Amino acid sequence: MAVNKDYAGRSFPATEPYEVSRVEIAEFADAIGDPSPVYRDRDAAIAAGYPDVIAPPTFPIVVTMAASGQAIADPGLGINYALVVHGEQRFSYARPLHAGDVVTAQSTIETIKTLGRNVVMTTRTEVTTVSGEPVCTAYSTLVERGTAGEAE
Amino acid sequence: MVKYADVEVGAELPPASYPVARLNLVKYCGASGDFNVIHWNERIARAVGLPNVIAHGMFTMAQAARYITDWAGDPGAMTEFGVRFSAPVVVPDDDAFVSIDVSGTIDAKLDDNRVAVTLTARSGGDKVLTRSRAVVRLS
Repeated sequence: MAVNKDYAGRSFPATEPYEVSRVEIAEFADAIGDPSPVYRDRDAAIAAGYPDVIAPPTFPIVVTMAASGQAIADPGLGINYALVVHGEQRFSYARPLHAGDVVTAQSTIETIKTLGRNVVMTTRTEVTTVSGEPVCTAYSTLVERGTAGEAE
Repeated sequence: MVKYADVEVGAELPPASYPVARLNLVKYCGASGDFNVIHWNERIARAVGLPNVIAHGMFTMAQAARYITDWAGDPGAMTEFGVRFSAPVVVPDDDAFVSIDVSGTIDAKLDDNRVAVTLTARSGGDKVLTRSRAVVRLS
């Protein structure tokens, strides 16, 4: 199935509030193999000037994927996720996420283009606390391999 | 911790290597919520034309982030971080670790004590991250 280019420019609703927990931060830090105490030990994080344990710089993807996942899962967009690889990723941070933050993520599909046999889609996702404080913006480029040129 | 005043444009950061095995990807699936089958199922990975199971791009990016935050000495110091995933990190189901090797160079000194670092990551002979740039705020 071909990707529906009419989805370029489409915005998706903000996700339900997500509460960042110490346990999830520690699990994420374990999964990436980073032993830093500021991801696990509240006292170490406070000593480093943070209100609680902070999340690793790539942790916001957990929140942003829930938002951009709405687009990927939308049958009208027509993406085959098994064919999708991550092309590029960029974060712009106002501050690190920390345990206790309650945030939402809101995604917009910015562009959908054909590049050779691949379909390339870019999304922008804003992560904001429920009180309206910006935390970070995530820019993703997803590539669906080898489907361009299939019957529309 | 690295001080802004001590950083010189063009200086190379000490390279570092991070090991990855299939178990790391399974843990990362759980911790990130990204259960795309190409990160754990060799049968489907091969069926869609990949050489084997591949690491999540975000797993590789996390190693590169760690490289920067370890160097800077403050995991919360990053203000910008972008990467291009130029080749997959292929992670076979064996008892050996695959290595992700990261190197970096100071690209620019910016205002507000910020420093830009360009990064390269290699695995299995391929450049797996290119056009990668991090901006960190130093003391």
